[in-house]
Amino acid sequence: MTYTPDAQIADDILGYLDTHENKTLLRFLTCGSVDDGKSTLIGRLLYDTKMIYEDQLAAVERDSKRVGTTGDAPDLALLVDGLAAEREQGITIDVAYRFFSTEKRKFIVADTPGHEQYTRNMATGASTADVAIILIDARYGIQTQTRRHAYIASLLGIRHVVVAVNKMDLVDWSEDVFDRIEIGFRKFAGVLDFADIVCIPMSALTGDNVTEAGDTTPWYDGPALLDYLETVDVADRGDERPFRLPVQWVNRPDLNFRGFAGTVASGRIAPGDEIISIPSGKRSHVKRIVLGDDDLDEARQHQAVTLVLADEIDSSRGDLICDVANPAEQSDQFQARLIWMAEAPLLPGRQYRLKTGNRTVGASVSTLKHKVDVNDFSQKPAKVLELNEVGVGNISLSAAIAFDPYKDNRRTGSFVLIDRQTNETVGAGMLDFSLRRAANVVWQDLKIGRMERADLKNQQPAVLWFTGLSGSGKSTIANLVEQRLYDLGRHTVILDGDNVRHGLNKDLGFTDADRVENIRRVSETAKLMADAGLIALVSFISPFRSERQIARAMMPEGEFIEIHVDTPLAVAEARDVKGLYAKARAGEIKNFTGIDSAYEPPVDPEIRVNTVETSAEEAAERIVAYLDARGLLEGPSFHGGL
Amino acid sequence: MTSLTHLDRLEAESIHIMREVAATCENPVMLYSVGKDSAVMLHLALKAFAPSRLPFPLMHVDTGWKFREMIEYRDALAERLGLELIVWQNQQGLKDGVGPFTHGSAVHTDIMKTQALKQGLDHHGFDAAFGGARRDEEKSRAKERVFSFRSAQHRWDPKNQRPELWNIYNTQVAKGESMRVFPLSNWTELDIWQYIYKEEIPLPGLYLAAARPVVERDGTLIMVDDDRMPLEDGEVPEQRMVRFRTLGCYPLTGAVESEATTLPEVIQEMLLTTSSERQGRVIDSDAGASMEAKKQEGYF
Repeated sequence: MTYTPDAQIADDILGYLDTHENKTLLRFLTCGSVDDGKSTLIGRLLYDTKMIYEDQLAAVERDSKRVGTTGDAPDLALLVDGLAAEREQGITIDVAYRFFSTEKRKFIVADTPGHEQYTRNMATGASTADVAIILIDARYGIQTQTRRHAYIASLLGIRHVVVAVNKMDLVDWSEDVFDRIEIGFRKFAGVLDFADIVCIPMSALTGDNVTEAGDTTPWYDGPALLDYLETVDVADRGDERPFRLPVQWVNRPDLNFRGFAGTVASGRIAPGDEIISIPSGKRSHVKRIVLGDDDLDEARQHQAVTLVLADEIDSSRGDLICDVANPAEQSDQFQARLIWMAEAPLLPGRQYRLKTGNRTVGASVSTLKHKVDVNDFSQKPAKVLELNEVGVGNISLSAAIAFDPYKDNRRTGSFVLIDRQTNETVGAGMLDFSLRRAANVVWQDLKIGRMERADLKNQQPAVLWFTGLSGSGKSTIANLVEQRLYDLGRHTVILDGDNVRHGLNKDLGFTDADRVENIRRVSETAKLMADAGLIALVSFISPFRSERQIARAMMPEGEFIEIHVDTPLAVAEARDVKGLYAKARAGEIKNFTGIDSAYEPPVDPEIRVNTVETSAEEAAERIVAYLDARGLLEGPSFHGGL
Repeated sequence: MTSLTHLDRLEAESIHIMREVAATCENPVMLYSVGKDSAVMLHLALKAFAPSRLPFPLMHVDTGWKFREMIEYRDALAERLGLELIVWQNQQGLKDGVGPFTHGSAVHTDIMKTQALKQGLDHHGFDAAFGGARRDEEKSRAKERVFSFRSAQHRWDPKNQRPELWNIYNTQVAKGESMRVFPLSNWTELDIWQYIYKEEIPLPGLYLAAARPVVERDGTLIMVDDDRMPLEDGEVPEQRMVRFRTLGCYPLTGAVESEATTLPEVIQEMLLTTSSERQGRVIDSDAGASMEAKKQEGYF
């Protein structure tokens, strides 16, 4: 069934345009290892569907002579080789998107590499794909990577899988070889949640069973690959599931029009239908569905529209407009499956930005339950998640979001994690279920507040955060400051790194993950102290900028005072008051800040103290003078103010 | 009801991308080149935000050597639709008289287009710029993200792209950094033409065949659009039926001989033709990976 549109194009261009206007779209993913023939397969699909122009083919023929691997025939793999770096290395290093079409469908192919960075790249390609084609080299059968590819496809919610048993020409089109592979695949894939699995014996090189059935496999009565791709039903009844429209942008040109713009994540809606907006819980009816200059009779999954409601309800970006009979849940605590995509590992407790399709909130992983070995699906304990690792954890958000479990809805159950410092996308996740109904957890409405408590002490609360290397003089200076404040009649408390580690944090070590948790607990404690009306002096190495930033963010503006006790490493090491540097240098202490663990100095601290030029007493005076100048040593002059 | 067509799906995806920019970026702009891809992009934007006006301006980087008809078309369009249009030119380049005939195509393109674009973006402090590039245009584009991160120097690092999953786009940038956003990433040339046909999107007449004065140089038909074009000895412009497959600087844009005076005829010729779209652009005819090199320098 080679695709030959030329005659129709020449004779009846209007008929051709009509036919092609009504094509549907299918997005699929190809995964295979180096040498499975994946690029050749895609090249073959492009070539056989006439997506290749003569000049492109000429370029490939020219390149084939230089670097090709197919002798005299054009190396079709070269059609899909992209970036210069990988052309030199002869490998694919990033997800690439290809396009071809037939009379029935347009296809978007996510072409993902099969080795390095496989999890990150494959997950990216799989996230938008409806079908996965898993290539297997007939000569070698099911490999470790076959399991990995099947697992990731299933993890990302792909329901339809084609097992392309390639290079059948190299095993004499043996039915036995094919059967063994098919049986083996179906056996291990039984635990993965696929709706259907189709195994096809083929040769991308010769084209047999790719775009049309070859006469080489009389024993095979299934579809050729392209037949399958043209006809597979991937809708999975997305139109029939409960209506969801994540509000992306509020359209308000003037007082007469107020519309909620977004892309329908699932279901369908028509004017007159009743909706509920989550989280507000406000109900209304759809008055109009607007797209450009048109009013639509209906909107359905995948359509980007603007809803006008019958009532003036307050909804904004981040809200989810739902079917009133079947609204989404909301929560701020979830179990989620996570895929890590950055060099710096996922640290439980560290704050990230979590972005869903229409909302960004603060998030941290409170507990990492386990990681999953993507090769054999086994669970392993984990304290951190490294690049390309998959894990399951509990995540905690700074605000509740409306959601559906990922298995029910890929659009309203997915998110990415963004690093707060670098703005990189560092992870992706799929929501499994809420750990509680956030709606049921209400903050206690406290009658006595922090200002009332501080008022009684006739002072203002603050957190003085001393950061610096071990032996820099933090505790010495903090003690002197506390003495001065005590003399002034101020109520204080000291949280000292060493002391807290003997009690509250005695379960924590010195790995990056534990350091983050250490600081999180101390930050929360300092906040409680300040809420109690105290001036809290925190004396911690606190080496990471992002954790100090989080502590700062917990406090009201102006109440967090970061003091960098700036002592050069050489000086601190020379002092070595506790003898720790010597041990670290000798390798007896691991992860020692300044030696084999990084210290990130504050960029813009409120106070910087140079202990080489300044004595501890002078430093303490300066800090107290700063507090005085900022009015922090006065009593609250306006009750309930500030 | 029948399923959504591929054009419905592409349209919805592009609209989603544009709305995400409008909702999350502080100071976006749409780069408008007057060509067919820009026409589609603009049409989609009008659809995405109706009945509101576009929540961002358009910017045209004018090299000073565009076809006259493009400029007339552009200004009439902006007038008719009430668009906020910024026309940016590299003033220093103008002063120095930079042009393709005097400085060669590479220098002209770099100064009047690539550098001008960076200047325009910097001058206005845009943190997101829509471009009409498509992944099917060229091999190195196949791996570019929809939201393509650029450093404060406008550089693109192909080894350090942000993963893009589902329809969730990370639009966070630090001060000075920016994103190039490609809402037409997943469209092919045929999709563009079909959509123009279906939606009856107006285009500059240069896309349709007409008798135009051309000279043939190195096998390429160049239209003599104004008297700045130096004619070589014995060169006489002759009227031929030609049209253009892409629009750019007239001295750098080859015409094709054609009788196609209607849109379906143009599409028919496009489908039956045997060479790919970018071949007509002088800028691409270097080594295979040249587009990637240009992109790293900040060319779109």
